[in-house]
Amino acid sequence: MIKAILIFNNHGKPRLSKFYEHYTEDTEQQIIRETFHLVSKRDENICNFLEGGLLIGGSENKLIYRHYATLYFVFCVDSSESELGILDLIQVFVETLDKCFENVCELDLIFHMDKVHNILAEMVMGGMVLETNMSEIITQAEAHNKMEKSESEEQVSVGFLASALDRKQRRCIVSV
Amino acid sequence: MSDVVEKTLTALPGLFESQTGAAKITNRLRQLIKSITELTSKHEEENLIKRELSAIKEQVSSPNTTMKQMREIMVRAMYCEMLGYDASFTYIHAIKLAQQGGVLEKRVGYLAVSLFLNEGHELLLLLVNTVLKDLQSTNLIEVCMALTVVAQVFPKDMIPAVLPLVEDKLSHPKEIIRRKAVLALYKFYLIAPNQVQHIHAKFCKALSDKDPGVMASSLHIYLQLIRESPDSYKDLTGSFVTILKQVLGGKLPVDFNYHSVPAPWLQIQLLRILSLLGKEDQSTSELMYEVLDESLRRAEMNHNITYAILYECVKAVYTIHPKAELLEKAARCIGNFVLSPKINLKYLGLKALTYVVQHDAKLALQHQMTIIECLDHSDFTIKRETLELLFRITNAQNVTVIVEKMLDFLRSCNDEHTIIHLIGKVAELAEKFAPDNSWFIQTMNDVFSIGGDLLQQDVPNNFLRLLAEGSESKEEDDQLRLYAVESYLTVLKGHTSHLPQCFLQVMSWVLGEYAHLQESVDRREVIRLLTQLLDQRSVSSETRVWILSALTKIPEGQTDLILDLAESLSSSQDTVLRQQAQELRHLSQDSQLREWVLPRGAPWDGIEVDSSLSFLDGFVSEALAAGAAPYKPPHQRQEELCEDRALNLEPYSFSLPVSLSSCSITDRQSPTLLSVSSGLSGNSAELSQKAGSSTLILEGVKRVWGKDGYLPQKEATAPPVDEPSAAVQPASQQEAAERIEPRPEPSTQNQDKQQLASSLFVGLGVGSSVSLLGKSEAPPPRFRKKPRPHESSSSSGTSKRSSDSSSHSSRNTTDSFLYGSFPEEEPATSISTFDHTPKSTTANGLSQNKDTKEDRHANTSQILGGDMVIVRPSTIQDKHPPSVSSDLTALLPADLKDLPHSDVISLTSDPSLSLSSCRLFRDEALLLVIFISNCTETVIKDVAVQLTCEELKTASLRGNVMDCLEARSTSVCHYALLMDDPHTNVSLTGTVSYQTQPGHTNTLPFSGTLSTADFIRPLVVTTEEYGKLWLSLSHDVKQNLKLLTDAGDPLRTTLNALKDALQLHVVDIIGSEGIVACRLLSGAPCLLHCRVNGAALAMWLRSPHPALPDFILYHCQRALAHH
Repeated sequence: MIKAILIFNNHGKPRLSKFYEHYTEDTEQQIIRETFHLVSKRDENICNFLEGGLLIGGSENKLIYRHYATLYFVFCVDSSESELGILDLIQVFVETLDKCFENVCELDLIFHMDKVHNILAEMVMGGMVLETNMSEIITQAEAHNKMEKSESEEQVSVGFLASALDRKQRRCIVSV
Repeated sequence: MSDVVEKTLTALPGLFESQTGAAKITNRLRQLIKSITELTSKHEEENLIKRELSAIKEQVSSPNTTMKQMREIMVRAMYCEMLGYDASFTYIHAIKLAQQGGVLEKRVGYLAVSLFLNEGHELLLLLVNTVLKDLQSTNLIEVCMALTVVAQVFPKDMIPAVLPLVEDKLSHPKEIIRRKAVLALYKFYLIAPNQVQHIHAKFCKALSDKDPGVMASSLHIYLQLIRESPDSYKDLTGSFVTILKQVLGGKLPVDFNYHSVPAPWLQIQLLRILSLLGKEDQSTSELMYEVLDESLRRAEMNHNITYAILYECVKAVYTIHPKAELLEKAARCIGNFVLSPKINLKYLGLKALTYVVQHDAKLALQHQMTIIECLDHSDFTIKRETLELLFRITNAQNVTVIVEKMLDFLRSCNDEHTIIHLIGKVAELAEKFAPDNSWFIQTMNDVFSIGGDLLQQDVPNNFLRLLAEGSESKEEDDQLRLYAVESYLTVLKGHTSHLPQCFLQVMSWVLGEYAHLQESVDRREVIRLLTQLLDQRSVSSETRVWILSALTKIPEGQTDLILDLAESLSSSQDTVLRQQAQELRHLSQDSQLREWVLPRGAPWDGIEVDSSLSFLDGFVSEALAAGAAPYKPPHQRQEELCEDRALNLEPYSFSLPVSLSSCSITDRQSPTLLSVSSGLSGNSAELSQKAGSSTLILEGVKRVWGKDGYLPQKEATAPPVDEPSAAVQPASQQEAAERIEPRPEPSTQNQDKQQLASSLFVGLGVGSSVSLLGKSEAPPPRFRKKPRPHESSSSSGTSKRSSDSSSHSSRNTTDSFLYGSFPEEEPATSISTFDHTPKSTTANGLSQNKDTKEDRHANTSQILGGDMVIVRPSTIQDKHPPSVSSDLTALLPADLKDLPHSDVISLTSDPSLSLSSCRLFRDEALLLVIFISNCTETVIKDVAVQLTCEELKTASLRGNVMDCLEARSTSVCHYALLMDDPHTNVSLTGTVSYQTQPGHTNTLPFSGTLSTADFIRPLVVTTEEYGKLWLSLSHDVKQNLKLLTDAGDPLRTTLNALKDALQLHVVDIIGSEGIVACRLLSGAPCLLHCRVNGAALAMWLRSPHPALPDFILYHCQRALAHH
C-alpha cells in the first residue's frame, strides 16, 4: 500500500502532499521536512530507494523517489509494493502530468493543485494503485477539464501570467 | 413603479460587486503564490499566510460569496494547509461545497474533504448523506467522486449505510465505476472485515470481469485475502496461472502495454499472489512452474519494468516449493542484478540475495567480491542492505568481522532510524554467537555507547537478564559478570560525561549487583566512581535513581562514605532521591535489616512481589478504626473536588438498564473518569455493595463512549509516533565512506579485499554450508536464556495463531463437507416414505459439486479474450410476490405444522415442475421446506433435489429424492440449516433433476437468499439474568437507529417492530430504556440495550461473537427502514 505521496522542490517547499494514512497536521509537516532532508542530501547517481525515516514508519516502509529538474517526487510505500514498479509509476505520473499540462513545470503544480490531485486520484485511490494506463488516466482527467472549460471562459490563460511571474523558474521538469 | 426602479438601483452595486469579486478572487491565489515566492524568511511567510487565512475566514462567512468563489477559496485553503497552517474553519465549508455545489464545486469540495479530514473526524458524519445521494446519481462523474471519497476517508461506523449501494456498483455497466467500487470494497475490508464477509462471492465475479482493469483491481483484494489465509484460495491457483499466461501471451489490449511490456504491474501482482499460494505446497507449486519459467524467459528486455517483473519472479521461485531448474535460472538472474552497473538493480540484487541466503548460502559465496565492494559503496542504502545481508550469513566463525563492520558503519551513521534498527541486530548477533566473554562485553559496551538512548528498551533489559539469570554453569556466569565489572570500572575511570544514560544505568546496576565478585577492587573506589556520577549535571534523575540503588547494594562497612552521601542528598529537591537517600542511611546503619531487604545471592525466581500490598492491611484497618478517612483513588478525589466547587456540567453517563434507580451513585462519575479506573478501588466496590444486589457493578465494563466522544480502545490505538528530539543532521556520504575504513594502497587493496572476503564468508563454504544452512542448525547460542514463566507476547501470539488455524480448519471441514457427498443424506432418506436409490443420488451429488467447482474455474479462467457467456440463474428475492397459493402450507408434515413459518414463495418453475419454498423457524435450526409440484398431467420420475450453500451447514434433510411424482400432486422435502458464523445474506443455489420421459433428464436450477434474520431466535431471560450476562460479555457495538415516532409510545412501537421483524425477545422496558435479547439459533447470545435519545434510538449491543452485533444491527436498521 502507498502511505503517502509527496512532491517538493529543491528547497524543500511542498508542492503536493497526499497522505493515505492519518497523521496529525504537525506530524505531516515533520514527515515532509524529514523526507526532504533524507532525499535532498543524496547524490544523483545513487539508488532511488531509501529506508523510511523515523516518522513515516520504521523498517516496514521505504521511500522511493525520483528527482526531476526542480522537483522531487517521493512515494512512501510499505513492503507490499514493488520498488521498481513504483519507480515506473512515478514516471507514469509525471508523463501524465506532462501531457495534461503540456510541458509541465513546477508552477503548474502550484496553480492547478486541484487538477494535479484529481489526476493523482485517478491513478491511486485510497493508497492502492487504481490505474497505470496513461491514456486512460488522461481520458478521465480530460473529461473533467472539458466540463470546466465549458463552464468558464473568463479564465485568463494561466500560462501567460505564470510565465510573466518568473521565466527562469519555468523549466520543464520532464523531457520525454 | 418608482419603487421597483429604486430597488433595482440599490441591488445593482451588489450585482456588480459580485461579478468583479469573482475576477478578483481568481487572482487571489496567484497573488498569494506570487507573494510567497518573493518572500525571504519563514517569519514573513507566517505573517502572509495569517493575513491570507483571515481574509479567507471573512470571505467564507460572508453570505455574498458564491459557490464558484467558494471553490477558489477552498483551493487557497488547501494550499495553506499544505504549507502546514491550520485552516480548520474551512472544513465545514468544504463539506457544504460537496453537499450543495454543482459537479465542479462538488469535485473541489470532495477533494478538500479528503485532504483535510481523517477517518475519525466528526464532521465526516455530515458527508454521509451527500455520499449516499451521489452514489445514486445518474451522473457518472458524481458516482466516481463519491466512490473515491469513500475509499479515501469514510467513518467505519457508517459503512453499513453505503455498503449496499457500493455493492450494486459492482455490476455497473461502466468499467471505471466497477473498478472504483472494487477498490472501495477492499478499503472497507481493510477497516471493517466482518462487514463485507458476505460479498466474497462478488469479489470472485470481479476477478472474472471482462474488463482487465476491474480484474486487476480485484487482485488487490485477493492478494490481501490470500496473505491472510492461503489455504482457502488454493483452488484459484489455476485461474491466476491462466491469467498470467494470457497476459504474457499478449492477449490484453495494447493499451495495457507499458514500454511494450504487457501490463507489468498486473504481472507483478500475479507473481506475488502465486508465490503466496505456492509457499510450502508442492502440488500447488507444480501448477505454476511452467508459467514462472516463461516469465523468466520473456522478461529479457532491458527496461526498468522488466527487471521489476524479474525480481518478483525470482522471489516467487525461491518462495514456492523448489524446482532445481528454475532455481538455477533464478540464481543467474540474481547474479545479473548484483553485477549490474545500475545502482537500483544492484540494490534489488542485494535484497534478493538477503532473501535467498536463508535457502541457499552458497549463492552469497559466489558473489562475495561484489558484496565486499558494496560494503564500501558510496551509497548509504546499498551499504545498509549489504549489512543486512551479512547479518543473515553470520555464524560463530565470522561474527567478529561482521559485527566490526556493522559497528564501523554505525559509528559513521547519523540516521536515527538506521541506528535503532541495526544496533538491535548487533546485540542479537553478539548474544547468539559471541566467541568469548571479553568480546561479548566489549561489543555490548559499543552497542550501548553507540546506540545510546535511542536503544530499544529490550536491548539493555535482555542484557541484564542474561547476566542475572545466567546459564547452567555458575562458574562461567561469574566469569562473565566479573569481566563486566572490570570493564565498567575501566570505562568509569575515563571520561564519563559523554556516555548515554542507558549505558550508565546498565553499569551502575551491574556494579551494584556484582562488584563484590571482584576481590581485588577496593569498595571505596567503586563507591567513589559512582558518587562521582551523581555529581555530574548531565546525568538524568532516572539514572541517579539507578546509581543510588546500586550504592544501596554495595556497602558493607563503608558507612562513613555512605552517610556523607546520604547527608548531601537529603537536601535534594528531587523527592525520590531524598527518599532513597533516607533509605540508604537506614540500611547502612542497620546491617540486619539490610541483609533482610537485600539478600546477597538470592535466586532470581524466588522473589515474590505482593502487588496488592496485603501486608499493610493491618495498618489500614487500624487507621480506619482510629477514624481516618478511607483511601480514595486520585481520580475520585478530583471528581469530588469538582463536584464541591461547581455544578456538574457533564452529561450523565450512559446508564445501564437493570439498575435504573439504584446505580445513580456510580453513575455520577463521568464516563471518562470511570474508564480510567479499570481496577476499581475498594471504595467504589463498597459503594456498589451498599446499593444492593441488583446494582450493576461497573467494574470491568468497557467504556466505549466518554465525554469527548468515542474513547479509543487500547488495542486499537497505534503506538504513538516518536517525536525526534532534534532534526537529523547527516554528514556527507563521502565523509562517511572515508571513515568507515582507512583506504589501503591501491596495489594492496585487492589483496585486502580477498582477505576480508575469506574472513567474512568463512563457514559458508561447501563443506560446512551443509550444517549452516538455515539458522536452526547453527551451533547452539552461547548464552542461553532461561525460559520465562510469563512470556505474554509470545503466548498471545500462539494463541492467536491457534485460533486462526482452528478457524481455517473449520472452514476446511465445511468446504470438504460441501464438496463431498452429504453424510446425513442416507439416514434421512431411509426414514422417508419415498423409495430411493442412494447410489445414484450420491453420484449425482458428486458430479453436481464437481460441476460447480469447475464452473468457478471456468468463470475465472475465461476472463480474457474468450466470449463465453456465463449463464446465471436469476436470484429470487423475498420481495417477489408470492404467486403460490398459501394452501401449500397445509402440506407441511404434521410435526412441523405448529412451527412459526414464513410465507410460501415461489422459487422457480418450468412447464412440468414448479418449486416454492417456505422457511420454518425451529429453535436450533432453520428448516427450509421445498414444495415440488407437478404441473403436468403425467407422472414425473426420478425427482432429485440438490441444494448447495457454502456458508451454511446442513444438519439433516428429508425427502429430496423420490421415484415418482404423481400428476398434479405436490411433494415436500426439507433441509435443516445451521449457521455457525453470521453472514448478512446467504445465497442458496440448487437444482432439481427429473425425468419426464425415461432416459431424458431435465434439470431446473433455482436459487434464493436467506438472511441472518432467519437464524435469530428469541432468548428468554429475566432482567437479572440479562444483567449478569451483560457484564460477562465484551464486544461492544453502539449505534443510533431510527425511532418510529408515529405511535404514542415510540420506544415500545420500535421494539415491537424489531421483535416482529427479527424475533427478538423484549426482556423489559423501563421508562425510556428497553432491553432485548436474542441468539443465533441455539448458539451465541446477543444482548441489545436501547435508549431513546432525542429522535433516535441509541442501541448498544453485546455478544460473545464479535461479528454478530454488526449483523443484527444491520438487520435492525433494515427492519426499521422498511417499516
